[in-house]
Amino acid sequence: MTASIAAPHPQTWIEIRPQGLFCVPGGFYVDPVRPVDRAVITHGHADHARAGHGAVAATPETLAIMTARYGAEPEQSRQAVRYGESLKIGDVTVSLHPAGHVLGSAQACLEYKGARIVVSGDYKRRADPTCAAFEPVPCDVFVTEATFGLPVFRHPDDRAEIAKLLDSVALFPERCHVIGAYALGKAQRLIALLRQAGWQRPIYIHGALQALCDLYRDHGVELGELLPATAGQKGVARDEFKGEIVLALPSAIADRWGRRLPDPVVCMASGWMRVRQRARQRGVELPLIISDHADWDELLDTFDDVGAPEIWITHGSEEALMHAASARGYKARALALVGYEEEGQ
Amino acid sequence: MKPFAELLDRLIYTPSRNAKLALLVAYFRSAPDPDRGWALAALTGGLGFKGVKAGAVRELAMRRVDPVLFGWSYDYVGDLAETTALIWPQRPTNRDWPSLTEVVERLHAAKRAEAADVVEEWLDPLDATGRWALLKLITGGLRVGVSARLAKVAMADYGGVDPAEIEELWHGLEPPYEELFAWLDGRAERPDLEDRPIFRPPMLAHPLEEGEAQALDLTQFRAEWKWDGIRVQIAARGGEVRLYSRTGDDIGATFPDILDHVTFQGVLDGELLVVAGGEVRPFNELQQRLNRKTVSAPMLKKYPAFVRLYDILFDGEEDLRELPFDDRRQRLESFFAREAPQRMDVSDLVSFEGADDLETLRVSARGTATEGLMLKRGDAPYVAGRPKGLWYKWKRGPLTVDAVLMYAQRGHGKRSSYYSDYTFGTWRQNPDSGAGELVPVGKAYFGFTDEELKQLDKWVRDHTVKRFGPVREVSHGLVLEVAFDSVHRSTRHKSGVAMRFPRISRIRWDKPAGEADRLDALERMIE
Ligand SMILES: [Zn+2]
Ligand SMILES: [Zn+2]
Repeated sequence: MTASIAAPHPQTWIEIRPQGLFCVPGGFYVDPVRPVDRAVITHGHADHARAGHGAVAATPETLAIMTARYGAEPEQSRQAVRYGESLKIGDVTVSLHPAGHVLGSAQACLEYKGARIVVSGDYKRRADPTCAAFEPVPCDVFVTEATFGLPVFRHPDDRAEIAKLLDSVALFPERCHVIGAYALGKAQRLIALLRQAGWQRPIYIHGALQALCDLYRDHGVELGELLPATAGQKGVARDEFKGEIVLALPSAIADRWGRRLPDPVVCMASGWMRVRQRARQRGVELPLIISDHADWDELLDTFDDVGAPEIWITHGSEEALMHAASARGYKARALALVGYEEEGQ
Repeated sequence: MKPFAELLDRLIYTPSRNAKLALLVAYFRSAPDPDRGWALAALTGGLGFKGVKAGAVRELAMRRVDPVLFGWSYDYVGDLAETTALIWPQRPTNRDWPSLTEVVERLHAAKRAEAADVVEEWLDPLDATGRWALLKLITGGLRVGVSARLAKVAMADYGGVDPAEIEELWHGLEPPYEELFAWLDGRAERPDLEDRPIFRPPMLAHPLEEGEAQALDLTQFRAEWKWDGIRVQIAARGGEVRLYSRTGDDIGATFPDILDHVTFQGVLDGELLVVAGGEVRPFNELQQRLNRKTVSAPMLKKYPAFVRLYDILFDGEEDLRELPFDDRRQRLESFFAREAPQRMDVSDLVSFEGADDLETLRVSARGTATEGLMLKRGDAPYVAGRPKGLWYKWKRGPLTVDAVLMYAQRGHGKRSSYYSDYTFGTWRQNPDSGAGELVPVGKAYFGFTDEELKQLDKWVRDHTVKRFGPVREVSHGLVLEVAFDSVHRSTRHKSGVAMRFPRISRIRWDKPAGEADRLDALERMIE
């Protein structure tokens, strides 16, 4: 452990500002929700990686995702930091470590005068064929999300969820299975899981997923044959989708785009699908409980794994997680950061 | 238990009837006996466990879960069984999943005090879906959107027989229905059910549209009033008596005032009504006695039940269903004269001269306790189902009201990309402020063409003012002409009225919302 008597407690050098979490001696923010001069970005999801910052440090994969999303941003200075490498910003040493959330996702470890805080961004602990696995980093303060910070959220084995999908495809050969999935991470993970489960047919993808699938491939993630699901006459169901699997943004399925699908079985891949009322509200016929966030057990296990005596909670269901962390002897604090969205919205 | 849990989990999200059937058939095909028979019993409402109540589920959860965390979780999930299933902290166990049969047999044998312990032992090996299915099963609230009728149609599909055959046998069989599966699998003869008061699937009528009466050879038809109650069958066989709804549900438990008077043997078809002081009371009063588990003495007194007979299927042991209507009618009259059953009479035949006369009769039906006329061919046998050309129902013209669209909700299945369920309202003066306001009076999701659906969907998207999940609130700018069969008072609706069978009859693109009807207009139509 790094904390010594002289080490300044992170609460003396980390501030919560409207822009987000600010590291005073380094003069930078982590995942700021508004444009700032200097930012460290944990991963490419739009609510964590916003456009318009002056200087950005992130993993090379996250920088590539930001370029795919926002263009080159020529005004911006960018610093690529590989997993395990470190960088000095002001008096602070910043290193990035895999978070297991999506391609390039990282935990930012900030070290100042012997004290260490890890800002984990979004993370999960399950194996994911499309990104590097979470690595626990010992620290004095662990900053965690709490997206699934209620004990009802315990994600099942993703292979069983994929098996459920493939059973349904076999049972309804005349219908098309369309899966609503977030464009970054979830879509590629689903494709990879389907390939692992032996699904060899082409997978059709909505146009909005194309660029990120290409990017994943460029980074060596095998996705097999992908075909565009956007062609065809507007509003007319396309017979060639019968018996096939189509991936799209959830918003596209519910909208007019979805009318091209023949008698679709609407599936949705998200940790929220664990709760029936939520799945039903969204008109989902086949919920797939597959999440890129830690579930309740993983959140609590992670606290044990990083060994931090103190837990700060950024976004999600802070209340229940604080209660449970305190009961396990951790000092827990809710940061009440705003501006981060639920997964898959 | 695993296949059953997976079946329930799929069914609860599946809106389309055909997809539900496919899921059920796939289950019957793969699940072993007697599991599938117990599943069939659970789906048709024929399985109950006395020992386990909802309160027991909460107690079970409290054995293992922090009450604070449970409270927050329950607030979020909104369902006790589901919360418990999801939150359950499993302990390592070397038990396997119980089979559905094991669950049924052990719980039926368990004493009340043991039931919770038995269930707790199962919760550890099960996964979240298994726990949810188990808790739903034992607390008697499956609610997966499968009616008993649909489960029987699935059985018919499974065995490749007519659903009427399943219906005909159904009430003579008992869970776990091994005889039935053996027959459907081709391993045994059709079960023999003579001497049991089983439900005989009824004969149903086709609706007669405007103008169609002129095209019929009316000399071949007999007319009767279509009474506004519910269609029932009284089956008295081998010393037992049953009262069945049109779909074969046994509703006899809450109608002792009918069944206690049955002294005859036979099967009769009629209309269940509330008749007090010799007068047929409005449907709303009959409604008070339906869908209940028990009936109180004041209920029996306030809403006395009565059956107006239309037809006779069996006189004693003798099956009359092959006889023509005219002959059965004579047999019904002589049966009635002979047996003189209490709390029953025979529905009159209505004499008429030609189509115009009928039309006058039909229109005059409004304001009486009838819904219109029935036309039955004099030479038609009693055929289960809805055979073509034999029986017609000719409803009196619908009532209509011009209402304003207020909310639209996304449909299901093929319609899931459309806003296809419409809540509409009429104007009234706010009782407190005196200002004009719209109050919802009903909801309709059919009556329009596919083309109109597209137009309505676009209108909703273009005029949304607020969104709540799948529901959009729209600005008050579109008038819908809503047709409905009748309207009655309702304490469950803010407007104080409820419509029967509302449907969109016309979209009044031309009409300003301010000129739509007022609530008083509906109130005046209450009968
Ligand atoms: Zn994220
Ligand atoms: Zn996030």
